[in-house]
Amino acid sequence: MKFVENLKPDVTTDIVYMMCPMHLLKLQEQIKELEQGQILEIMTDYDGAFEDIPAWCDKTGNEFLGMEDSGDFYRFYIKKLTR
Amino acid sequence: MRKCYFDHVATNPLHPDVLEAMMPFFKEEFGNPLSIYEYGSRAKNAIEDAREKVAGLVNAKPAEIIFTASGAEANNFALRGIALAKQNEGKHILVSRMEHHSILNSARFLEKSGFVVTYLPVDKKGFVDPAAVKKAITKESILISVTHASSEVGTIEPLREIVKVAKEHNIIVHTDAVASTGNIPVDVKDLGVDLLSMAAHQFYGPKGAGALFIKQGLRIVPLIYGGIQETGRRAGTENVPAIVGMGKAAEFAQKELQGRMDYLRPLRDRIIDNMSGVKNVFLTGDRENRLPGHVSFCVEFIEGESMLLLLASKGIFSASGSACSSKALKASPVLLSMGVPAGLAQGSIVFSLGVGNTSEDIDYLLEEFPAVIKKLRDISPFAQGWGDKEEGGECTVKK
Repeated sequence: MKFVENLKPDVTTDIVYMMCPMHLLKLQEQIKELEQGQILEIMTDYDGAFEDIPAWCDKTGNEFLGMEDSGDFYRFYIKKLTR
Repeated sequence: MRKCYFDHVATNPLHPDVLEAMMPFFKEEFGNPLSIYEYGSRAKNAIEDAREKVAGLVNAKPAEIIFTASGAEANNFALRGIALAKQNEGKHILVSRMEHHSILNSARFLEKSGFVVTYLPVDKKGFVDPAAVKKAITKESILISVTHASSEVGTIEPLREIVKVAKEHNIIVHTDAVASTGNIPVDVKDLGVDLLSMAAHQFYGPKGAGALFIKQGLRIVPLIYGGIQETGRRAGTENVPAIVGMGKAAEFAQKELQGRMDYLRPLRDRIIDNMSGVKNVFLTGDRENRLPGHVSFCVEFIEGESMLLLLASKGIFSASGSACSSKALKASPVLLSMGVPAGLAQGSIVFSLGVGNTSEDIDYLLEEFPAVIKKLRDISPFAQGWGDKEEGGECTVKK
């Protein structure tokens, strides 16, 4: 797992306490709104996101920048590479 | 025999056009909203249309409305969901003594789970004093829940003032607006609340449909775990017909609200004015700040249940306290918290009117109700009074 600190996202989506697989559905929905090169931050408390989000990035050709533990929840950072 | 339904706080009859709107979703439109083919997308669109209508009724954004199966579920969801989501910031919750069992029992559950709950006192008319809220707030306070209007005594709470106090301390506010939504104006922005519960069957919609308004950006732990229905906040395959019905009922309520209030107030006031002439009959709740179709009394020296049964035998259907307390034959905790003496609280009776009631229904009630009181007092062991105690002396407003 890659860890990052103080990364500045372009768009943030807060899905803390929302059920699986909302992390993937929101990711899919939000990434469409971003320009190529922009960074999306997903805030979630779902442990399964550790595997799912990097795997989703590999599958879709976007870059998983890393994650940050914020105590009650995690922040995942994804850079949009696709058009 | 004339039949007069005066128990609209228990439930309302379904609006015929609401039923018509629901029917296709019991029959040919049976799809699961999560299915990606046309049956699913039509059901999904119907739900989103209903969400817009319900949001419109309370001036919220559609995304801020989460459908539930009842008002009680919405109340449970709000209290437990916010308490669990905010527990790292504090473990103190404030609820008023006017609340429905779905709030009080959720609060008791949270108490057993390590939270501290303050039960806010109310005055003789059932008002929660914003100053008392301020006094009860601690550094640990995370959530305040105060009903918008009481289904038992009809009092409309000073919610804006309570929200103002809460916001000075950055505390989340939930209101149980089950009795008020669709019956008086309910505007989440104007009230300033963060969460608000409602139920469709209180405004001529179907049973089995409720909703919780959750202000955008607020985190809440789900009450029911499962799939991604309601954006992952409330699992379970949606009750599509009921949700469609709630949407249609909300549309009518928004359109007809003023007319309904204008129609019900004079009927309500006629009962109150006429009954104030009957000895030892006390209006409970506030005379002015009360729900438009709500009349509630405590009748001294007799029991609410006996009144209810005798009235029912004459085709007049009413309630004695809350439906739950009435079943348990217990004095209403709401009335006791308002300072109504226990004996007098047993004589509680509620007439809640709806748009189906006519002036002739009120004539009939005003003819039969005093006769029922007289009949029961004639056989009551307390017919000569309570003895040396003035039971009803101070408890309520007597006109």
